[in-house]
Amino acid sequence: MELFWYIVLMTMLAVYVILDGYDFGAGIIHLFFAKKEKDKKAITNAIGPFWDANEVWLIASGGVLFFAFPTLYASSFSGFYLPLIMILWLLIFRAIGLELRGQIHNKMWESIWDKAFGISSLLLALFFGVALGNVVRGVNLGGVVDGVSTHEAHYFFLPLWNPSFSPQAEQLGIIDWFTLLLGIIGVVALAIHGANWIIFKTNADINEKLKKVVFNLNFVLLALVVVSLLVWHIIEPKPFHNFIKYPWLFIFPILTFIGLFGLFKVKTFKKHGKGFLFSSLFLGGGLASTVASIFPKVLPSTNDINPDLTLYNVAADAYGLSVGVYWFAIAAVLVAIYMFIQYKVFNGKMDDVGYGEH
Amino acid sequence: MEDMLFYDRMQFAFTITFHYLFPQLTMGLSLLIVYFKGKFLYSKLEKYNDAAKFWMKIFALNFAMGVVTGIPMEFQFGTNWAKFSELTGGIIGQTLAMEGMFSFFLESSFLGLFLFGEKLLGHKLHFLTGFLVFLGSWASGYLIIATHSWMQYPVGYEILENGKFVLNNFGALFSNPWLLPSYLHNQAASLVTSSFVVAAIGAFYLLNNKHNEFGKLFVKTGVVFGLISSLLVAFPTGDLVAKNVVKYQPATFAAMEGIFETEDGGSEIVLIGQPNMLEKKLDNKIAVPNILSFLTYQDWDAQIKGLNEFDESVHPTNVPGLYYSYHIMVGLGTIFIGLMLLATVQLFRKKLYKTKWILWSLMFMLPFPYIANTTGWYTAELGRQPWLVYNLLRTADGASPTVSSGNTLFTLLGFIGLYLLLGLLFLMLAGKIINKGPELNQH
Repeated sequence: MELFWYIVLMTMLAVYVILDGYDFGAGIIHLFFAKKEKDKKAITNAIGPFWDANEVWLIASGGVLFFAFPTLYASSFSGFYLPLIMILWLLIFRAIGLELRGQIHNKMWESIWDKAFGISSLLLALFFGVALGNVVRGVNLGGVVDGVSTHEAHYFFLPLWNPSFSPQAEQLGIIDWFTLLLGIIGVVALAIHGANWIIFKTNADINEKLKKVVFNLNFVLLALVVVSLLVWHIIEPKPFHNFIKYPWLFIFPILTFIGLFGLFKVKTFKKHGKGFLFSSLFLGGGLASTVASIFPKVLPSTNDINPDLTLYNVAADAYGLSVGVYWFAIAAVLVAIYMFIQYKVFNGKMDDVGYGEH
Repeated sequence: MEDMLFYDRMQFAFTITFHYLFPQLTMGLSLLIVYFKGKFLYSKLEKYNDAAKFWMKIFALNFAMGVVTGIPMEFQFGTNWAKFSELTGGIIGQTLAMEGMFSFFLESSFLGLFLFGEKLLGHKLHFLTGFLVFLGSWASGYLIIATHSWMQYPVGYEILENGKFVLNNFGALFSNPWLLPSYLHNQAASLVTSSFVVAAIGAFYLLNNKHNEFGKLFVKTGVVFGLISSLLVAFPTGDLVAKNVVKYQPATFAAMEGIFETEDGGSEIVLIGQPNMLEKKLDNKIAVPNILSFLTYQDWDAQIKGLNEFDESVHPTNVPGLYYSYHIMVGLGTIFIGLMLLATVQLFRKKLYKTKWILWSLMFMLPFPYIANTTGWYTAELGRQPWLVYNLLRTADGASPTVSSGNTLFTLLGFIGLYLLLGLLFLMLAGKIINKGPELNQH
């Protein structure tokens, strides 16, 4: 039962990253590449009717985490206190940037909210990558100092950074050179993903330029991925042990690289949705590979005194988990129907949807 | 340690108070928009569709504020109340996860279609998307109040040796006697807010002599819905909620009513007075004899236990806060009924749109339903303190063990600054939409 909910949760998170990821990516593209008003309009039209529904995947994932793995929810949310609250602030800025921009027609007003939307999208992509880095690296569970736990075994607290920025320091910080590397991968990968969504959903003039952007950024992404795989060994001496034990897991890294290499052909794609498909493969495959490499851990311990948090020692009781399957099955069918309807109505190009016009 | 708990509580209280200013309008207004749109489909009169469109603009802005201030609520269970989440997540996680899965997906998927899809969908399907948004927002309220009800009156659980609450009866979460009265009371109150807002904007137009046709429509709709919902808030829903409190939280009931001493031969209802916590009595009291006993038990002489008879350990933490919250709510609720009754009488006499003082009163009444809703929630929440889960888990034992007061105060200040900005933006933009007014016959 724990395994079922683990797969449900990870799938929901992956869907969240793929869906809201294109919103963040569109924000990053908006910030750096959209110079003309027409291009900006095209970008907000492409994500306007969707971003709110996409964000629900985060809230719903949070709900499932709370219900199925309450100990993990409690431990990680309090341990990563500051960055999580900052993510909330950024989500607020992103949302009001999008929603309020069109309320008043004034150059200064529009450019303030454009920047709010773009910068918060950029920082969110960075923070989510850093968060993934923290999960892979692990935390000092129990707050061990000089061999003695200062908290209960499954609690911890991390400051934003420590002076050395090292992932191997005794006093860890949330931002170190390893987690920052994953954060930058997050920014680049989502920028590519967002550009692909814009190409998919609009006929904007900017699209030809964006294909070049995707092509060039893809080299950066490949280089970063290779570097991260190399330094991964410093964090975790045996990162592939799960893959050697269960070779079918190799499907995830294979999908990741199909997505990555497929994008080098972006300039030749006839169908506009193809690029988006490849970047989704990269994101979904990459997340699954990362999670599979630490399975069954969900939050590793960096000390020898307190055990890792695994999906088995953080789960709710058996009755609650099994009764949840019934309502979840009903809800999942409903969600699939809503999504089908939503994408059916807003099928095709979105240039004329008039998002944010009052 | 004391500071830390204080900041945790302040942050939750502040963020939830600010957040709930928006959903109370969302829930009621979605119903009123569905009403306008339905009336348009039925009568084919363009003005109803224009009215629906006008309120959708306010709704969209209000909904966005509700969403962005709502996400911090779910996060804060983990960030600031980790121990509470760890111990009870197996139970309240059920209803909170269901809220995400059943209502947020419904609301958000169809909100986009509702706001941008009129041309694509046609009027009938557009009405349907509005109805689904309404359904989603009311389902959300239901699941939140199911969660709240479990904290007030825990059911269907057992406590393990390590202190964890585990669920043993899923159905009990929904057959909880606390749930239905509280839910209906809350929904009626949210309709009060929305009706009063609609009436106030209508009165604003009439008093300014602009958009007169819409002014009349809004005042009439607001007054009719306002009267019905104000009455429903008091009876039967408010009455049923109060009976739950006296049955399951008798000390809370005594404190909120300001009854310190048990009176033989029936208790009076306190209208005005200040709790004197040093001498455990009510100063400067104005009260009507025996009414409280009658309202509570339908018996003029029924005995109601005073607060002084309960052991100090079960007294609510903040008796004056609880007492004032409750009395402000009830006092405002009574004024709402009175004003709406007068307005309805004038409506029937076809004099309402000319009765200036009622129009002025309707307009200035706008903020008060928000205050009544807020103090109503304070009554429920302060009434439960010092408990997170009534009688079982203390608030002091629910906070995050590793987050220090320096961090909590930092984020509390951040939230205050950010929400001040949000509030100003909301007022400015809502004011702009209202001042511009509905547009005629847009196609």
